Amino acid sequence: MSGTHSKAIGVETIGMTMRFGAFTALDDVSIKVPAGSFHALLGENGAGKSTLVKCMMGFYHPTSGDILVDGRQVTIASPRDASALGLGMVYQHFTLVPSLTGAENLVISRERVPGVIDWRKERGELAAFMSGMPFKVPLDVKVAELAAGEKQKLEIIKQLYLGRNFLVLDEPTSVLTPGEAQEVLGLVRGMTKAGDLTVLMISHKFHEVTAFADDITVLRKGRLTGTGKVSDLSRREMAAMMIGDQPIAALDSRAEPKPDAEIVLKVKALKAPDRTGLKSIDIADLGVRSGEIVGIAGISGNGQKEFLEVLAGQRPRNGGEVMVRGATYAATRAEARALNVRLIPEEPLKNACAPRMTVAENIAFRTFDVDGNGKPVSWISAGAIKAFSARLVEQFKVKTASLSSPIASLSGGNVQRAVLARELTGEVDLLIVSNPCFGLDFSAVAEIRARIMKARNAGAAVLLMSEDLDELLELSDRILVMSDGALVYETPIAQASVQTIGEHMAGHH
Amino acid sequence: METTDIGLWGVPLAMLGGAIRVSTPFIFVSLGEAITERSGRINLGLEGTLVFGAMSAYAVAVMTGSPWLGLLAAALAGLCFGLFHGWICKFPKVNDIAIGIALMLFGTGLAFFFGKPFIQPSAPDLPAIPFGAWSDIPQVQAALNVNVLFLIGAALAVFLWWAFRNTRIGLIVRVVGDSADAARAMGLNPNTVRLLATGVGGALAGIGGAYLSLYYPGSWTERISSGQGLMAVALVIFARWNPLGCFAAALLFGGAGALGPALQSVGVTQGYYLFYAAPYILTLVIMIATSSPSRTLAGAPGELSITK
Repeated sequence: MSGTHSKAIGVETIGMTMRFGAFTALDDVSIKVPAGSFHALLGENGAGKSTLVKCMMGFYHPTSGDILVDGRQVTIASPRDASALGLGMVYQHFTLVPSLTGAENLVISRERVPGVIDWRKERGELAAFMSGMPFKVPLDVKVAELAAGEKQKLEIIKQLYLGRNFLVLDEPTSVLTPGEAQEVLGLVRGMTKAGDLTVLMISHKFHEVTAFADDITVLRKGRLTGTGKVSDLSRREMAAMMIGDQPIAALDSRAEPKPDAEIVLKVKALKAPDRTGLKSIDIADLGVRSGEIVGIAGISGNGQKEFLEVLAGQRPRNGGEVMVRGATYAATRAEARALNVRLIPEEPLKNACAPRMTVAENIAFRTFDVDGNGKPVSWISAGAIKAFSARLVEQFKVKTASLSSPIASLSGGNVQRAVLARELTGEVDLLIVSNPCFGLDFSAVAEIRARIMKARNAGAAVLLMSEDLDELLELSDRILVMSDGALVYETPIAQASVQTIGEHMAGHH
Repeated sequence: METTDIGLWGVPLAMLGGAIRVSTPFIFVSLGEAITERSGRINLGLEGTLVFGAMSAYAVAVMTGSPWLGLLAAALAGLCFGLFHGWICKFPKVNDIAIGIALMLFGTGLAFFFGKPFIQPSAPDLPAIPFGAWSDIPQVQAALNVNVLFLIGAALAVFLWWAFRNTRIGLIVRVVGDSADAARAMGLNPNTVRLLATGVGGALAGIGGAYLSLYYPGSWTERISSGQGLMAVALVIFARWNPLGCFAAALLFGGAGALGPALQSVGVTQGYYLFYAAPYILTLVIMIATSSPSRTLAGAPGELSITK
């Protein structure tokens, strides 16, 4: 089964419907992906994209509808059936086992593995298989030590090694640098052109879709809202198919930056151990002025997370200085309050909320123990918390069943709105943000970015760390690149080039 | 046996002999725990399994006259304890550590209950091979009188080290221990793999217990184990989940445990009790030295509840 280099196969769904109880996740969706094509599946979170591909992969059993593989009707009752038909899926998050080498990962994922593995023979066969692949990945290294781009290539190689020639790629570039994304998709594109592979790619990124896909299908709320050739459609048309006619928050126009504004955040010679304890992060010099957004780009795992944790007080530092408006800042509650420092960490439910406490309590975390004049109170008033939170929920359009629901019951976008409501209320002098829009849908993303821009225009100094380069390019006044624990490159937004930033992210300089 | 005075040489020699004697239960328990932890679960109940294994081995050996049947009984009892642990832990929201502690108390309690009638009678010992027969010095002979279980344990450590890389089962255990999602994507059921891994781990711990009661110290008492089952867990972490490391660490712990008796045997009369505490101090020192508040352990299976 491995190494067989059969030709691409085409897949078609007819009238796919999937109901979970009363909820219809997928409503009469028919899509056609011909052999050797590169098809993009677009849609917001909850539009039914993953339900559709899970039906195709045999994880779900559709309520009604048929699947055709190469024109023949088939029954796919389990992932095993899908695999036998040559259908495979590459997930957004890696499914490789980190502590195993690439070769071990490939061999153990085969359906039939001999009881005792003859590594000499396997290595020979793998080398022969790899020589026919456009991808080059070292197979003798533990997967944990591979770069994200290499892991993603290895995921694709694994599917091909298992003889699957129809691949669903679920947001395959979300963890890659622009350069890596370009390379991986380019190679995949080459294989589809050669007729070796058919690809159905779930994506949010229009520029990838327009650059690589042949056709698109768009889903919204479980229904098919559009399909067509990429060459016939503009981005605006695609966006309209995705979000329908809901209003999108517009970004405030950027207030003129003042080059001589006060430097609110100053970081000097900051050193801290990283997650593994083997390396350290080292921020030599960083200043963020009032009224500007400084973006920090970098591939995840290059120390941004640790840097944020130091600023948030979650991680001890080995040395160096963090100053906010001239005062030493050690991220205590009192200092954050006095200096108006606000924080929007990534994965807000985990890092900025107490998941089982109520929405009202979570929103009041900054203020519950002080009265209107900032004096500490000895009795906490539940009524005041409720009233305060109700106002903010209204103002920030947090959709919640009630103020006393646990915050964990909210959708990702609404958790982020609640956190924004808490952090952006009152005076904000310094705002530290990390990956604020990760995994959120279109309208939430637009709204959150608009809020951040508004805070900037109101005079806050904003430090924005993001793995999404588009986000940084849209929001930042300056972009810095973090690689291997240090800030290695800086560019004003006017001169920013994706190419150069990408090269610095990958550490090629 | 006539004693020849070999002076202070007696200390390292007695420690070597002691290391070999004392380490055997450590080897088995830690190899068992290494298998279980590599599959992504911790079984703290091995202390109870060890004591119950010791009791059941002794009881069966007394009744049948065969130490090997006793060994088998201990392995079976350990298997049952392991499977029980694995079975309970498959339910959602069950904490493997809490279940382990419960089973530790349960195992020791049950062993005391069933073991009462076997405190008096004496059981046949497991055989040992006199590797020291070439020497005339009785201390050398004593130190090199190596029990077969030690040899089996050593061979098992090498085998497991090899098997984790070169066999399908070894790779499957590692996959399940490192990423349950990846395992599911491969069509493996993590719970089944962990159930079996915990079962095998329990069986090995039972064998470790049989060694205690059937060879050294060689009788069944209620104080037969002095925390070896728990120390073995620390030892697995110290050995970074590597079977060969487990073997080496077990020897080190065994040697430390033999320090007190060795000093006593050469006539140190004061303070040697302090050295009886050596293995416990070693455990503590190792745990402190290898832990850090800001990083995770290198080589730790990704699914382990303590390192997640």
